[in-house]
Amino acid sequence: MTSSLLLQLIINGLIIGTLYGVVGMCFVLIYKASQVVNFAQGEFLLIGAWACWWLLTYWQIPFFWGFLISIAFMMLFGLALQMLVLRPLIGEPIISVIMVTIGLSIFFQALMKWMFGTFAQPFPPVFAVSRVEILGLQVQTAYLMSTGVSLAIMAGFAWFFKYSKVGLAMRATAYNQQVAQSLGISVRQMFALSWGISAAVSAVAGVVVGMVNGVSSALSFFGIKVFPAVILGGLDSVLGAVVGGLIIGLLENIAHYFDSQFLKWGNLYEIVPFYVLILILMIKPYGLFGTRDIERV
Amino acid sequence: MASTSLRPCGDYRSSYRADQTLFDTRLSMLFCVAGVVALLFAPYVFSGYILSLMIQIGYLGIAALGLNILVGFSGQISVGHAVFYGFGGFASCFLSHQGVPVPLAIVLAGLWTTAVGLLFGLPAARVKGLYLAIATLAAQFILQDFFVRATWFSGGTHGSVAEPFTLFGLDMSGDQRYFYVVLFFFVVLYLGAANLMRSRDGRALIAVRDHYLSAEMMGVNLTKYRTMAFGISSFYAGIAGALYAHYIGYMSVEGIDILLSIQFLAMIIIGGLGSVMGSILGTIFMVLLPELTGALASALQGSAIDRMLHLKDGITYLREMLIGAVIILFLIFEPDGLAHRWRQIKAYWKLYPFSY
Repeated sequence: MTSSLLLQLIINGLIIGTLYGVVGMCFVLIYKASQVVNFAQGEFLLIGAWACWWLLTYWQIPFFWGFLISIAFMMLFGLALQMLVLRPLIGEPIISVIMVTIGLSIFFQALMKWMFGTFAQPFPPVFAVSRVEILGLQVQTAYLMSTGVSLAIMAGFAWFFKYSKVGLAMRATAYNQQVAQSLGISVRQMFALSWGISAAVSAVAGVVVGMVNGVSSALSFFGIKVFPAVILGGLDSVLGAVVGGLIIGLLENIAHYFDSQFLKWGNLYEIVPFYVLILILMIKPYGLFGTRDIERV
Repeated sequence: MASTSLRPCGDYRSSYRADQTLFDTRLSMLFCVAGVVALLFAPYVFSGYILSLMIQIGYLGIAALGLNILVGFSGQISVGHAVFYGFGGFASCFLSHQGVPVPLAIVLAGLWTTAVGLLFGLPAARVKGLYLAIATLAAQFILQDFFVRATWFSGGTHGSVAEPFTLFGLDMSGDQRYFYVVLFFFVVLYLGAANLMRSRDGRALIAVRDHYLSAEMMGVNLTKYRTMAFGISSFYAGIAGALYAHYIGYMSVEGIDILLSIQFLAMIIIGGLGSVMGSILGTIFMVLLPELTGALASALQGSAIDRMLHLKDGITYLREMLIGAVIILFLIFEPDGLAHRWRQIKAYWKLYPFSY
């Protein structure tokens, strides 16, 4: 019994971990491209999920189209956010930029609560079968889809940054803005685009989590959980974000296992990532894959 | 600092001593003293509602000043100020339950919070800027979780009852009397901060903020001052939290969440980063903002806007949204805050006919 529980939790951890990885990638994308630590990443998930939920329940749009429309909407939303709010702050001290994203975070979180209420709303059923059995374990179909989608997104990111022209331009911008500009890359467009892509991809994660747990403001907590993941992986490493996400996801669930089996403290899995976060910052602040240029004091 | 460039006409300084005075001019000193004296009569003049708002401004202003010392003066960002504020409250309740007299318990709670703050400030000694923001974010959740867990310390989810404030057997609870307690701590701590900025330590903090490499080359110990800023800020937060606990008479985990941390940040951004006076201006703004929203919402009751937006149900969310919106708007349009605006107004009138 306990070993099957452990196995189930490990599977859960991997599935949640890939989701953390995806959100972490989006976070790193913004950080790499525009040097902004985005405290409003969780709100991208939240808004995307609510948009999709709203299209599906009020307008009765088929899931596929609702999903696509909400992703397109989030793309525009991300672009608009960068142009209207973040662009005037380019060149301002880092504190101001962090504070603006915190401001955005609570603004949109409150707005969503106001518009849709505080209670979790169940997603309309998308799949005919809600659970499937794999190796004797119950796995939610939505989670299977989420893993598929996450892997596809990761592969897409890899392709985008290795081969596509825009992706290369974005990497160049991240590497050195002035040189990129001198080569004819519009740095402003790259900044905006990174926010757009990040918002859209986060929305995918938001919809997937919403399908399983229902849509509620708890979704935005993903944006905070992503910090341990990206710090563990290294703030400026896309690969690190994925690895960090997986580790944090696993860790959470293993902590949950020990908690429920032996310690019985309760609520441990929610808090463990933050202890890990403090520990990493003390020992290895640049993370597993990050660039080692953080100035030590 | 900006204030030095906005002095009245003909006010030139010829020595460092003159440049380091606590008050720019004799008049501004008189104003401050007169202001404090006027406040002494406040409990007899104002009604209970206004008085309670003033007390609220008092203790929140102390916490905001603490955060401003950390963020505005030493250039480090903290997203977990509320838990230190909360820790001070719980610590004071805990100490007063052990038989420590309440005035002493408040001070001890401040010192205890300093110790805890230093513990979480250790990453501050190792990493800087945004990493510290993330470390304090973790501190927020870890300590919040600790308050729920540690029943012996904080009473767990039930919260902890605070003993009433008594001084030499005189009961100081109740708005009218407690006002003086808060005023005392407020004046002492604000004077302390203003004086800190005149000392070597204060200048070192500002040097670390403005250019840490140069500061280090001039012999400023970065680790020491970064950690010290964290400690001072926690001390202020702890005192403020203790004052709050003994004012309300009860301390609970609810309400010391991340939203309060963000509210503290909003206060200092609105007031002006790196300005002692800005801390109090920002606090006044942030305390009055929800009150005004409430008043506006009740004024609009029954109107078409109310029916469309359901203002009554949405008022808490509206307040949260306003906090967020105000942070964003101030950062974009007035990043130096209300203190800067105030200095400009003063400078305009001082140079009035020749303000070119």
